[in-house]
Amino acid sequence: MIQTLAFYLFAALVIASAVMVIMARNPVHSVLWLILAFFNAAGLMVLVGAEFIAALLVIVYVGAVAVLFLFVVMMLDIDFAELRAGFVKNFPLGIIIALILAAELIFGIGAYQAGRIELGVASGATSPILDASNTASIGAVLFSDYLFLFEAAGLVLLIAMIGAIVLTHRKRPGGRGQQNITKQVRRNPNEATVMKQPIVGEGVEL
Amino acid sequence: MIGIEHYIVVSAMLFVLGVLGIFLNRKNIIVILMAIELILLSVNIQLVAFSAFLGDLVGQVFAMFVLTVAAAEAAIGLAILVIYFRGRGTIAVDDVDRLKG
Repeated sequence: MIQTLAFYLFAALVIASAVMVIMARNPVHSVLWLILAFFNAAGLMVLVGAEFIAALLVIVYVGAVAVLFLFVVMMLDIDFAELRAGFVKNFPLGIIIALILAAELIFGIGAYQAGRIELGVASGATSPILDASNTASIGAVLFSDYLFLFEAAGLVLLIAMIGAIVLTHRKRPGGRGQQNITKQVRRNPNEATVMKQPIVGEGVEL
Repeated sequence: MIGIEHYIVVSAMLFVLGVLGIFLNRKNIIVILMAIELILLSVNIQLVAFSAFLGDLVGQVFAMFVLTVAAAEAAIGLAILVIYFRGRGTIAVDDVDRLKG
């Protein structure tokens, strides 16, 4: 009972926040709604017993990706009103395409329900370990059968990191680290300063 | 009792909303990236739900890989966005036609 209630709560909130993500006027609000959507999706995953993925979703998405989005949205000085210009114009087309897609998906789900969906039978080789936590079971699968894929995922992240740094890094002309020591040492009082004898009340002319 | 169908419906709705978001915010590439994140989230929910109801962990392992690729994609996408904004002073996708392709 409580599980059903929790499912409907999380499901309703995830859908509602997804609607707000695409409808919000201010992209900062969009990012905040996205964070709410991720939290509720994590709740949905906890309900089926996938705690590890749920935790990962909160850590990676909310902790890293959403904060990255927030940084970019807040750092760039963007005129968001101008970007919303086509919103009303695109609305009918978007709704039509979304409805077609939704109809297809509902049709697919209906076909699935007409004859009870055969989930197939798990091979048993990668079923959860009894009396072990979800995390331990995933670890047993991940670090044996999917070890190379796991390494490849690490490589993808490395390449993404290097790519992001290379793309956004720029050498500033001037600025710090441009000290010319010889020039500083060569400087002498005769050419750096000048003596003046101003007349009282007339100021200094340079 | 909550079955796999419930999860499929939630996931399908999230997917449709993501696609709708891409169409509605055609100019604002930041919201487009967020809509892509929503689509990937719906796929992840699907993978995890099937994995849990089937009793097979491979789905959850692949959900993790999808998460990795989504994070990499967001990082690269936002980096491109930042350098594009530096050069043009706007992020309107309509103006990205320099290559005249």
